[in-house]
Amino acid sequence: MKITVDEDKCCGAGNCVLIAPEVFDQRDEDGIVVLLRSEPGAEERAAVLEAAAVCPAAAIEVHEEA
Amino acid sequence: MSIDEQVLPYPIPNDAALDPPPEWAELRGTCPVAHVELPSGDRARLLTRYDDVKLVLADPRFTRQLTAPDAARLTTDGGVFNSEMAQFIPDGGEGHQHWRRLVGKWFTAKRMAALRPGMAQIADDLIDDLIERGAPGDLRAGLGFPLPVYVICDMLGVPAADRDRFSYWSDTLLNLTRYSKEEIEAAQLAFFEYMSGHVAAKRERPGDDLLSELIAAGGAEDGGLTDMQILVTGMALLVAGHETTANMIGKMVAMLLADRSRWERLLADPSLIRTTVEESLRLDANSGFGLPRYLPVEAEVGGTVLPKGTTVVCSMAAANRDENAFEAADRFDQTRSPNAHLSFGAGAHSCLGQALARTELQVVLEVLLRRLPGLELAVPVAELERVEGLAVGGLRTLPVRW
Ligand code: HEM
Repeated sequence: MKITVDEDKCCGAGNCVLIAPEVFDQRDEDGIVVLLRSEPGAEERAAVLEAAAVCPAAAIEVHEEA
Repeated sequence: MSIDEQVLPYPIPNDAALDPPPEWAELRGTCPVAHVELPSGDRARLLTRYDDVKLVLADPRFTRQLTAPDAARLTTDGGVFNSEMAQFIPDGGEGHQHWRRLVGKWFTAKRMAALRPGMAQIADDLIDDLIERGAPGDLRAGLGFPLPVYVICDMLGVPAADRDRFSYWSDTLLNLTRYSKEEIEAAQLAFFEYMSGHVAAKRERPGDDLLSELIAAGGAEDGGLTDMQILVTGMALLVAGHETTANMIGKMVAMLLADRSRWERLLADPSLIRTTVEESLRLDANSGFGLPRYLPVEAEVGGTVLPKGTTVVCSMAAANRDENAFEAADRFDQTRSPNAHLSFGAGAHSCLGQALARTELQVVLEVLLRRLPGLELAVPVAELERVEGLAVGGLRTLPVRW
């Protein structure tokens, strides 16, 4: 899977970091999302899908390879 | 008359402390854009479906400009945050995003992780006092109400000695019925004066707290906030973060004890705390008014065209039980994942303090499970009484034994 994040949409809620800290972080200056790994492994899959589903700003997109 | 021809009184009357009114399911099914009459007598449209509520909350056409001349008034007496003070915080567009990013920097998940030990200590101390006073005790007065104020005080760099004054101010500002108008005005003034002095003191001697950090960002000309904005932000955080979290602690614990197998499941497997907190937030049937929005242009929602000038009320609590969004939506599922409930709103305005609120709720459960594993309700569930708050509803008391 590949992930992209939209910094303009991000509202800094931090859910993604609480759920998948290996994949997402927040910038210290303003709390906006930072992608630590754009192609996380299988062990991260469930957490990433959950983070994308609950993002209040719909700022995380998951692209599944065919 | 069917429900879609009626004008329902809103909030919908409901006596059950933890269960939803039956109207929600009916509205979602047959009347997703209902006509309601607010306490002021003004009319609005009520949204109860998940998709509609989520779209509207994230759609900037639906504004928070409830002061527009043709917007519905919620109540006749205004309420605290209609006051002159709220205007210092931009409520839309770039100004809002700028404010949000300056303040949001304090609310990152990393920062919340760092606050955990301090929160656990506060919870431990409060539980010591509860135990000392002996069972049965009121978990609302003893833990749910004070904990979030103490946490906010720490965050604002307010010394522990002043915590109880903050509790009193917050209680007075938020309690719609218990205090007189004079008491409310006096509390608001005293709180304002305290915060003016406090911000000035932080400017002299900065500490490791949110206000010092906002001051360090510089004045408006440097891309920071004015002193007035910093002060109002501090006050707004207490108002936004106290009653909401305090009530949620009580309702969450009540939901777990009302069916004690839920509590036992957590005792057996504390790794379910996180998902259990989310499920309590989702199923909170007493979450208050919902979110009003004003529509300055015509727009369509759920197949209904709403004319310019409409006020809509989003019921997140009704949306959170939508069968089209959640499998077995009425079931309390402690493992539900993902759980994209709308209790913190959605979009650019969604709760700024949600990482803090989640952390507080998780810590409270961790400490309660460790300290009082035998916790149980000291009265039958049917005797729990709800209170309508300003922002969210809660329980009047939560009598427990351990
Ligand atoms: C369980 C507890 C909480 C609940 C259910 C809750 C709920 C909400 C909701 C629904 C909104 C959206 C308002 C809107 O869209 O108009 C909101 C906004 C907000 N909340 Fe919370 N909240 C909670 C705790 C907190 C805490 C602990 C704080 C901070 C100390 C906080 C600070 C804020 C702020 C500053 C906003 C305004 C955000 C903005 O306009 O961008 N909340 N909250």
